Amino acid sequence: MSTRTLPLLFINLGGEMLYILDQRLRAQNIPADKAKKGRWQLIYTRELMKQELFKPQELYSKKALRTVFDRLAHASIMRLNQASMDKLYDLMTMAFKYQVLLCPRPKDILLVSFNHMDAIRDFVKDTPGILSQVDETNKQLIEIYTPLSGGEFQLIRQTLLIFFQDMHIRVSIFLKDKVQNSNGRFVLPTSGPVPYGTHIPGLIRIFSCSGEELRRMQFRDGGNYSATLREGSFEMYGDRVIKLGTNMYSVSRPVETHMSGTSKNSSQHTKVNTTPNPLAKEELNLLARLMGGLEVQKSTNTDSGFRVNLFATDEEEEEALISRPDELSYEVISIQATKDKQTNAALAKIMGEFGETSEPAPSSSSKGDDLLAMMDGL
Amino acid sequence: ISKMYHKEKSIHMKSSASSLYNSLSVLRIAPRCLNCFTVVHANVVNMVSASWDGLNYSHRQLQSKEGNVATSSSLIMQAALCVLPSRDLLVLTSQKGIQMYESDGSIMVYWHALDTPETPTAKVVFARGIAAVREKYICVGVSSGSVLVFDVPGKGSNIILSEVLEEHKEAITDMASECSGNLECIADLVSADDSGLLCVWKSGEDFHLLNKIPGFDTCCSSVNLWNGTVIAGYGTGQIRLYEGVTGILHAEVNAQARWIYSLDFAPFTGLEREELCLISAAEDSWVRVWHVSLTPETNSVEIEHMYNECVTDTQICGAKFCDGDGYAFAVTSYDLSEIIRYTQA
Repeated sequence: MSTRTLPLLFINLGGEMLYILDQRLRAQNIPADKAKKGRWQLIYTRELMKQELFKPQELYSKKALRTVFDRLAHASIMRLNQASMDKLYDLMTMAFKYQVLLCPRPKDILLVSFNHMDAIRDFVKDTPGILSQVDETNKQLIEIYTPLSGGEFQLIRQTLLIFFQDMHIRVSIFLKDKVQNSNGRFVLPTSGPVPYGTHIPGLIRIFSCSGEELRRMQFRDGGNYSATLREGSFEMYGDRVIKLGTNMYSVSRPVETHMSGTSKNSSQHTKVNTTPNPLAKEELNLLARLMGGLEVQKSTNTDSGFRVNLFATDEEEEEALISRPDELSYEVISIQATKDKQTNAALAKIMGEFGETSEPAPSSSSKGDDLLAMMDGL
Repeated sequence: ISKMYHKEKSIHMKSSASSLYNSLSVLRIAPRCLNCFTVVHANVVNMVSASWDGLNYSHRQLQSKEGNVATSSSLIMQAALCVLPSRDLLVLTSQKGIQMYESDGSIMVYWHALDTPETPTAKVVFARGIAAVREKYICVGVSSGSVLVFDVPGKGSNIILSEVLEEHKEAITDMASECSGNLECIADLVSADDSGLLCVWKSGEDFHLLNKIPGFDTCCSSVNLWNGTVIAGYGTGQIRLYEGVTGILHAEVNAQARWIYSLDFAPFTGLEREELCLISAAEDSWVRVWHVSLTPETNSVEIEHMYNECVTDTQICGAKFCDGDGYAFAVTSYDLSEIIRYTQA
């Protein structure tokens, strides 16, 4: 399928990740100044904007992409337990699945991406170095994607939908807003503005052989559609018009998921991967480049770092880990040093750091000058 | 107002339908009173044979293959059951090539590899758009815009690529052949692409281009051909009816609020004019049934709306009549593991 899908997947999922972590930090009452000084947003943004993303390539497997985001989430001194990481990823993916499905036109996925980019730019606006990276990435998005036809965008969308196939995790905020049903499927309204370029259904026109309109009739379409809104801007800055991809979380709207309500058909083994090594060679190379230069923050003591909990309490988080259904396991790969190991020094170094990860010691909320000093040093 | 169609018991599949144009294919095996359905899920084809009342059915899952490689993870763009006078074939198109099987999916009879680049390129390579033409051709579209013409013998696997038609510049989306049996029809095949361009062809030892109908940069995702009339569905939700050979626009319908994914028709012959039931389905959740009539003497075409069915909270990707006269139709939608059937009330 489309070889231009990965950047959109990465940026949109990354954007959602920033929204969610930002909301959780506020909800956990980690003081605003400390959260800002944590510069976690800067670090993540820097990693998200890597240029290797943009070369044409096949979409990653779910496992590989989850591994990338796992490492990304641990790039700063932020710590997430397994259960919280699983939940974070659930929320990210269901949010983007929702946006892809509800996009009026396939091309509007680009506007959704710009909404995420606009928010990311706002997070990092005070740091010129990273801001220029974001602008650079934005320019590339415009350059690569704006010339594509509607049909090519639909192919990108169809490729994304294969990635999201059979995912029906229920998200509290979606259930409350009635955009998701209790069976995990999204509500698709048969009302509202039609996409840009589409007419409201109803009109039939009959023409003569010479091209003049002979008559017109109306039919009842059964929906409640209204005229299209104006087209959103595809420039660096502008009104995107579409709201999908903007931040739907705030302190008063918590992030929760339910683990039930998935489709009976497990998505894990429908796409047959016959290679014994779960990560293909190219994926491993890209992973290395993405991880290269990423300073993995190791907790040397329980005071360093601050832990982000995607659940309301520690007990809930533990319970979620135990009770997570097998079919929802992300099967995160722990990359072992194997015979396939590249001579690439960077990769070797990174692979050495992966190893068997033990659960980081749960630290209580951030406190102390040590922490501030640590953050300033990033 | 009484409902024209009512919902029957659904047929369950082993996996859900992927979001692909024209994703449902149906074959009627009359002597055995069966319908055979095919629906694509990623690199697998779900095949279900069901009795006409939908109560008895059996499943088969066919995995994409590449030549002599046992299984492939390459994604299937389309699966279609093709009816030729002497045999029925199941044709699969993927990113790697074209596979042809006996219609029950049991044996692969032919494999054609596409020229796929070593490293992925921005312009992706795949095959999409399948039509069985006249007595012995199977035509398949390619992402480059080429149309491959395969010569198919009455039986056996001696299928050869006889011609490559180069008119389209954008990826082929769908193709349809004339199956009215009307010998006066010159046009045998219509091909459609991402730009909305429609090419109308006459088949033969060498296929001949009869006409090109421009698309104004609106993707035509589904196309049908009946008695020389091209019926085309677009990404903007419009349906247009053209006279194939001349390009005359007969009718234009603002039919759907989202991208049309499937068009199908069931013909029945009136006394003075040809009539069809036409079915359209789109990502807006609606299936709509239309009545189309063609009057050859006056060269006029009429279309009127008959019926709406909302398949709530789904984006429909395939809708096909299960029989010759529009009595029953079946629908598939993205992420749904069932084939939903409707019959006339």
